[in-house]
Amino acid sequence: MKRFIGFIKKEFYHIFRDRRSLFILFGMPIAQILLFGFAITNEINNVDIAILDSSKDDVTEEIIHKISASKYFSIKQFIEKESDIKGIFKQGKVKAILNFEKDFSKNLVKDHKTTIQIITDATDPNTANTIANFVNAILQKYQKSLNEDLVVAYQIVPESRMVYNPELKSVYMFVPGVMTIILMLVSAMMTSISITREKEMGTMEILLVSPLKPIQVIVGKVFPYIFLSIINAVVIVVLSIFIFKMPVQGSLFLLALESILFIVSALALGILISTISATQQTAMMISLMGLMLPVILLSGFIFPISSMPVPLQLISNIIPAKWFIIIIKGIMLKGVGLEFIWKETLILLGMTVFFIALSVRKYKIRLA
Amino acid sequence: MKREKVIQVADLTKRFGDFAAVDAISFDVYRGEIFGFLGANGAGKTTAMKMLIGISNPTSGQAQVAGFDVFTHAEDIKKNIGYMSQKFALYDDLTVRENIRFFGGIYGLSRGRIKEKSDALIEELGLQGAAHKLVGALPLGWKQKLSFSVALIHDPKIVFLDEPTGGVDPITRRQFWEMIYKAAHQGTTVFVTTHYMDEAEYCDRVSIMVNGKIEALDSPKLLKEQFQAANMNDVFLKLARG
Amino acid sequence: MKTILYIIQKEFKQIFRNKGMLPIIFVLPLLQLIILSNAATFEVQHIKFGYIDGDHSATSRALVEKFDASSYFEVWTDFPSEVQASAAMLRGEVDVVLNIPPYFERDLQKDKHQSLGVTINAIDGAAAGVENVYVTQIIQGFNQGLRVDLQQITDQQVQAMAIETIPLFWYNETLNYKTFMVPGILVLLVTMITLFLSGMNIVREKEIGTLEQINVTPIKKRQFIIGKLFPFWVIGMGLLTIGLIIAKLIFDVPILGSLPLMYLYTSIYILVVLGIGLFISNFTDTQQQAMFIAWFFTVIFILMSGLFTPIESMPKWAQVLTEFNPIKYFVEVMRMVMLKGSGFMDILPQLSKTLLYALIMNGLAVWSYRKTS
Repeated sequence: MKRFIGFIKKEFYHIFRDRRSLFILFGMPIAQILLFGFAITNEINNVDIAILDSSKDDVTEEIIHKISASKYFSIKQFIEKESDIKGIFKQGKVKAILNFEKDFSKNLVKDHKTTIQIITDATDPNTANTIANFVNAILQKYQKSLNEDLVVAYQIVPESRMVYNPELKSVYMFVPGVMTIILMLVSAMMTSISITREKEMGTMEILLVSPLKPIQVIVGKVFPYIFLSIINAVVIVVLSIFIFKMPVQGSLFLLALESILFIVSALALGILISTISATQQTAMMISLMGLMLPVILLSGFIFPISSMPVPLQLISNIIPAKWFIIIIKGIMLKGVGLEFIWKETLILLGMTVFFIALSVRKYKIRLA
Repeated sequence: MKREKVIQVADLTKRFGDFAAVDAISFDVYRGEIFGFLGANGAGKTTAMKMLIGISNPTSGQAQVAGFDVFTHAEDIKKNIGYMSQKFALYDDLTVRENIRFFGGIYGLSRGRIKEKSDALIEELGLQGAAHKLVGALPLGWKQKLSFSVALIHDPKIVFLDEPTGGVDPITRRQFWEMIYKAAHQGTTVFVTTHYMDEAEYCDRVSIMVNGKIEALDSPKLLKEQFQAANMNDVFLKLARG
Repeated sequence: MKTILYIIQKEFKQIFRNKGMLPIIFVLPLLQLIILSNAATFEVQHIKFGYIDGDHSATSRALVEKFDASSYFEVWTDFPSEVQASAAMLRGEVDVVLNIPPYFERDLQKDKHQSLGVTINAIDGAAAGVENVYVTQIIQGFNQGLRVDLQQITDQQVQAMAIETIPLFWYNETLNYKTFMVPGILVLLVTMITLFLSGMNIVREKEIGTLEQINVTPIKKRQFIIGKLFPFWVIGMGLLTIGLIIAKLIFDVPILGSLPLMYLYTSIYILVVLGIGLFISNFTDTQQQAMFIAWFFTVIFILMSGLFTPIESMPKWAQVLTEFNPIKYFVEVMRMVMLKGSGFMDILPQLSKTLLYALIMNGLAVWSYRKTS
């Protein structure tokens, strides 16, 4: 045991002596969470649009005024002819063009009907669709004001209550995701690299012939990183509470326990990666290329899992990050206790055990 | 006939902050000589050597190697020297032949010359059966001999060897020294660091570094007389203990 | 020139000899392109929908049926009370709950006006907004039906003034999300592979000790660097090619613009990435450090590239930061040229910024590479 503690101490020295890595380990997650917390949002705001107004009458002017007053749009330019549309789309200057038909208000008065085209650059389908919806909503409201004096028929009005995130802040969505991706990649990458490094340098053999048991060697190597990742997790949670005003509705203690569980599972994954790679280069490429995009895309961090095709929904189940994101959102935003997230917790626990068992087996084979 | 000086060093110094790793050393090395550069670990041997081969900038002093100044013409020096580091530095994931071809190529040898050299070298080392094996799979002794041969591939005026025989068996060491003699005989100057004192006996002249300074410099025979010692090991111990 | 060829030859040999790396370089990225392009969609579909029917009338049933009929909602359960409904929402089983109060039908006929409670899980604010729009649309449609059923059409309604909106979705009429994502994800994969490989390459030789051996040779800095980077440049272009073939054959993404223009841009872009990788390599001592730095920048570049989330929605200062993000330009160019058929003059701003970036990064990389210490 004494020997083991000595070994852990040595590992700590290694890490703390390398100032540059230490700075990276702590500085980068903080920089990332700050940057992303403020900058990333999947809301649609300030979309640049252009107007093609062939009528230039009171009604079109009023509508244009209403559009430019909304926070969703900013009118970038006015164009004169339809043939200009192609050119400005190709330069990517605007995302949509509102095309008022000729004699807009005259038609409205005479025929009670007039049309406006919302021409969108649908290379980004989400933005295009949202723009069309927003313009439509603004026009409907305007239309309603035109018809105010008419008698209304039966009306059912939905009164929506946005729960867990009444102000629809996208920070609530992204902070748990960013926290997950940082913990996942840092933990898995750090362990896989530090173990393969010893292998590559030939020092692993020395450790393995020492009186320390292989399991002690591995635990000793991983232990400092558990400690570092916990510090990272604490810093991220503190930042999200104080800077992004994320609530922690549920128990902080539970959040801490779940975070440790997730960190351990990421470290275990790192160990597993190190058992299958011979060089640091391979270990890094597996943890970066193999983990980065799947964790970003399949965890529900940015894209809702329920909208994915069924096979991908199934694949998403093997991504530990998915379960952790559900857990953090549950504890922080919904304020649930273990009785609501025991299933996710159990899955994470099972994955961790699986990764460790598989690594131990691989090591035994290698040593035999 | 006055012998030609191929390395001239005067007051060469390298400081890291307040610490002088190499402290105003001065010496000359003559053409065709085997010059032993001795010292305990950390005495400053490797640092001094790195300045001479142009991969570390000296803090002060003067040095000329193969007629070029280390401060201003480091790249010209590199054309005229070979180097073998204490860390094995050929590519493990290339074969014997590929390593030779690569280093020959970056020293600017012609294709024909590389072919010629490779064949000669492989035969000399008795590596015919292993020419297409990855270098990583060779035993350490062979790797060392191969490294030495690769350091000589462009027929340099001077070859620098940094603890070339670390970790190899006595038979290989003997063979290695035979290769050194052969190179010296053909006119190549050999500058070798070592901490094996028996190897020091094989050198024409040796210098002994202690704490960044050269404390003694002469032929092994004269050094033994000067310090009244039976062998170089005793000379070294007397110097190191002060 | 000959010297460079020797280095290039050596690098290729080393890359192709590392059997563990080959699949990571060539198979993994393409597999990810094929699989993950399907995952990236903001379309809100299959919304998990539940309701509390306190009325059990013909109207309430008809309303629920409307939701059932919509392709957006998947009607999950009928909750007996609000308590059960909110517990289910906590467990994440439903995201939208419609609450029909008792006497709904009776009150509607009496007052002609009724409110309905809709509870929406708003953790994903953007999705919640869209869900709200869908709910409103369905209920509005239902209102229209009510008029026909319960009331004669009055003259006044015919008189109502209507502004008809006609949305036209150019370049992607079916709003197919994959068309948008495939070029973007391809960009990422090309970037990641070339950045990671070049970022690790020189520092790896530093760590193994072979770099010192190179540094005592008379090789010139630029020869060495060009020789080192060229193979990764080729790999990057190769990945682009295979990726484009996959985009065309599997995803049927249109390629409207000129292929040579895309290759021209990519060939410059990869130089930027390689320059960054080399710069990182020069400033680090171990592969571990190099990888952390590369990782840090990659995550920032990816998330701030406009690939997944729109740049216009970011705060102004963040938009300014994205000007320094090479991935942003590559994503823009690929989407413009592939999907809209933009030409040389259209992408000139991006092209010239990228070229400038390439010059600066490679200049810095060559400058910071030291043969001596």
